[in-house]
This record gives sequence, structure tokens and C-alpha cells, in this order.
Amino acid sequence: MAPVSTQNSSLPRVANVTSAWPKTLERLGWALGSLIVFVVMWHLLAQLFQNKYFPSPAVIFEVFLREATNGDLWLHIGATLLRVAVAFFVSMFIGSAIGLALGRYRTADKFFDTWLILFLNLPALVTITLCYIWFGLTEAAAITAVALNKIPNVAVTMREGARSLSRDLAEMATVYKFGSWKTLCHVTIPQLAPFFAGAARSGLALVWKIVLVVEAFGRSSGVGYRLNIAFQEFDVGTILAYAFGFIIIVQIIEFTILQPLQTRVNAWRR
Amino acid sequence: MATLNQAPASGGHIHVHVSRKIFPAVGERDAQLVLRDVSFTVEPRSFLVMTGPSGCGKSTLLNIIAGLDKDFQGEIDLGSGKDRLTYIFQSPRLLPWRTVQENIALVLPDGDPRHAKIPEMLSRVGLSQAANAYPERLSLGMQRRAALARGFILEPEILLMDEPFVSLDDPTAQSLRELLMELWHGQPTTVIFITHDRAEAVQLGTRILRMAPGQASVVQDVPVTLTDAERRDRSAIAAAQARIFQTT
Repeated sequence: MAPVSTQNSSLPRVANVTSAWPKTLERLGWALGSLIVFVVMWHLLAQLFQNKYFPSPAVIFEVFLREATNGDLWLHIGATLLRVAVAFFVSMFIGSAIGLALGRYRTADKFFDTWLILFLNLPALVTITLCYIWFGLTEAAAITAVALNKIPNVAVTMREGARSLSRDLAEMATVYKFGSWKTLCHVTIPQLAPFFAGAARSGLALVWKIVLVVEAFGRSSGVGYRLNIAFQEFDVGTILAYAFGFIIIVQIIEFTILQPLQTRVNAWRR
Repeated sequence: MATLNQAPASGGHIHVHVSRKIFPAVGERDAQLVLRDVSFTVEPRSFLVMTGPSGCGKSTLLNIIAGLDKDFQGEIDLGSGKDRLTYIFQSPRLLPWRTVQENIALVLPDGDPRHAKIPEMLSRVGLSQAANAYPERLSLGMQRRAALARGFILEPEILLMDEPFVSLDDPTAQSLRELLMELWHGQPTTVIFITHDRAEAVQLGTRILRMAPGQASVVQDVPVTLTDAERRDRSAIAAAQARIFQTT
């Protein structure tokens, strides 16, 4: 049997793919345009105020280049990235396990729901300070503090996913004797994938921010640490240069890893 | 009561005996007696149609026969067909994230020789062109045909169908009925088919069990003796329908 051509007229969605490139370009055009307007406005405001605590874009870029060439920027961003990665995977793993268990077992859900709300509403600063006080100013304490902030969010999202698992499809898998492995791969995981992707994206956004706070408090490397030093010197140029580098890295990860992943996961949707 | 045959379980006979099935009380709603003293035997290779208005317990009974609902009093003996049972549900229940072809292949064990028959099965249900399409991009009629192909690729000995053609327009439903008859003739199978459509019941069935609301049981058990030609003739179907359902 010949494979179906993607241009088959009974599949109207596929035809749109050809027009995807111009759309991407148009979106990029808008993004670039608005960015230029933003930089120009900043520049004009900086000219207007003439204040050393409000540096112009040119000054910020100069600091950025200096930090990039002497290597400090990459050292600190690298350290931050490593912490983000570890905290992210730890919290995704533990949070998913908790969320799925709560979604499956109603008694456990009834009992632990209150705990979850408690942790969801616990300010990040409280977990961070307590982790440092209880476990010392260590790497493990830093990672634990970040993970503790993130796990409840992941758990809530994955619990929703586990609750929404289709009974119809589970019955289908039973009748057609899929067995547990086939059911997991073809029935359960695909249903959870959108929830997992959602938890991962919102999770990364949160982990980024909290890692910086943790570094400012009790680490001697990382973007957070560097920002804290700059704050003590009221060095606004350095603060903004690091923020700039940070935004670029986050956006690269978003566009090269997270968005393609989400598109792939949703490929079958109508 | 409709027990025609009390012979011991043997060969392809299906023995159904449900003495009691209750839906437990939930919230404000009281417990509900859904089925009471339903027993019948299905001859091998016959086409049994169960009919009755919605809410009379048809689907519950089918779920019990399929082994999906084990919370009842009574016993089900599927005979030699118990390992080769297929259930075509009211909704197609295809995996939306797998293509039509993958959906069909998934019901077969890895390395099963029947994998080679998938293209032929797809062409029989008219889906060769849609083999690599995702189900949600197909019409409901095409999804139902894919579900039929998935069921028939297993070459089942027992085929359970729960209103598989409901909410389709008439020509589509009619063409799927003809397809079902064609597949059934090509691959003799014992069928238990649920519908609330009387014309459909008469057209397809070799025997009709009627269930009534509030009775929780079978109220009528009649054979249908139409020839294949009569089953394609609307007036013959209408006449048989009037004869069989005259009591209401």
C-alpha cells in the first residue's frame, strides 16, 4: 500500500505547512521592530535623565562585552544553568510522581491536598532561608530549596493529567488486550504528555527566577551571586548586562528546545 | 423468560446469565436495579440484536459480557471464543495520537502474521488513502470504519457492537451496515449487536432480543428469517419490523 501523500485533499490541515515560513518571518519582523522601538526609547530616556544609575543601552552593551570577553559572564551563567538543570529535573521527576499518585488514588488525594495547598502558598523566600539554616550554605541546600518551590506546581498539573485519563480508552486497551507496557506507551503517556509539557514550561520559568534568589543568598557563583555583588556596588550597568545575557539564554532554550517539543507532542491535534 | 437453550457450555455457544446488576447509590440518587434475571444462549455464528430504548440496560449488559464490568451476580460463559473477542464501542475509541494504520496494528501482537493483512483490511473499509492520517482529522464515518477494521483484523470469534452506527447520516450508516454484513459473511463470527433502531435490528439480526425500560430484563425473543435479498429491500424490512414489533 502506497503511503498517503501529505498533499491529500481529504487532509486540509496539511496544506497550511507550506505557508508556515512567511508567518514565522512576519512574527520575527514584529518582534524585531518592537525591540528596536524599546531600545530607542530607553536610549532617549537615558539621554534625558543623564544619571549614572540609568545607563544607556550602549553602556550596558559595553559592560556585556567586557564580561563576555573576560569570561565572567559565561562562568556565572554556566553555574546558574547547571543549577537550573538539576533543580528542574529533580522537581519534574518528584512532582510528576506525586501528582500521578494523587490523581490515581482518591484517598491519598483527599489527605495530601491540604499539604499541597500549604506548600503552594509557602513563599519562596521562606523555603530558601529555612533550607540554608537547616542544611547549611551548601549546593544541596540550594537545589533542595528550588525544587521544594517547584514540586507543588508540577504535582498539581500532573494530578490534573492523571484525573483526566480517559476511561473509554482504558476499556479499549483492556478489550484489545494491550497489556501494561503497550497501554503505558500508547495510551497513558500520550494523554499525559501535554500536561508534562505544560508543567515543564511553566516550571522552567519559575526555576530560573528562584535559582537567582538562592544564589544571591548563599552561593559564591552564578548570575544571582553576581547580581548581588553588583547591587552592593550600585552597579546598574552590570545588573542590566547580566539580565540581558540571561534573557538571551532563556529565549534560546525556549525556541530551540521547549517550543519544538510542544509542537511535536501536539502534532496529532486537529 | 427467554432461555431457549440450556445445553452445557460447548464450542462456540455463548451463555449469558445475569441474575442481578445494581448501580450503587451515588449522592442524591438511590441504588438502581439495572438488570434482573437475564439469561440467554447465543448460537455460534448467529447475529443477535438486542434492542430497546436508551437506559434499559443494553450497554451495561454488553459491558458485562465483554468482561469490563465484573460487579454483577450471575455468570457469563463465552465458550471457545473468549480469547478472540472484539468489542466495537459506541464511539470509535481510536487513539488520536496514532495514525489509522497504527491504531489497527496496535491490537495485534508484535510479529503476528495478521500485520500483513492490514492494507487489505484498510482497502475493504475504504480507508487506504487515510492509512497515515490521524483519526481526529477524519469524519466520524471514517473513524467508525477504522474502528471496524481494527475489530475485524483480529478475526474475532465473538464480536460485540454497541450502537456502532449511531449519529451518522442515513447513507453513511447504510453503507457501513452493508460493509458489516459483507465482513460478517466473509469471516463468520458470533455477533451481539445493540441498537435502538428497529429497522437496523431487523435488517442485520438473525434473532432479536427486546428489552424494555423499567423491566430490567428481556421481554421478547424472536428469530428473524429474512433472506439476504430481503435484507436489502426497505419494504421487506418495514414489513418484518411491523410483524416483530406489533405488540407495542
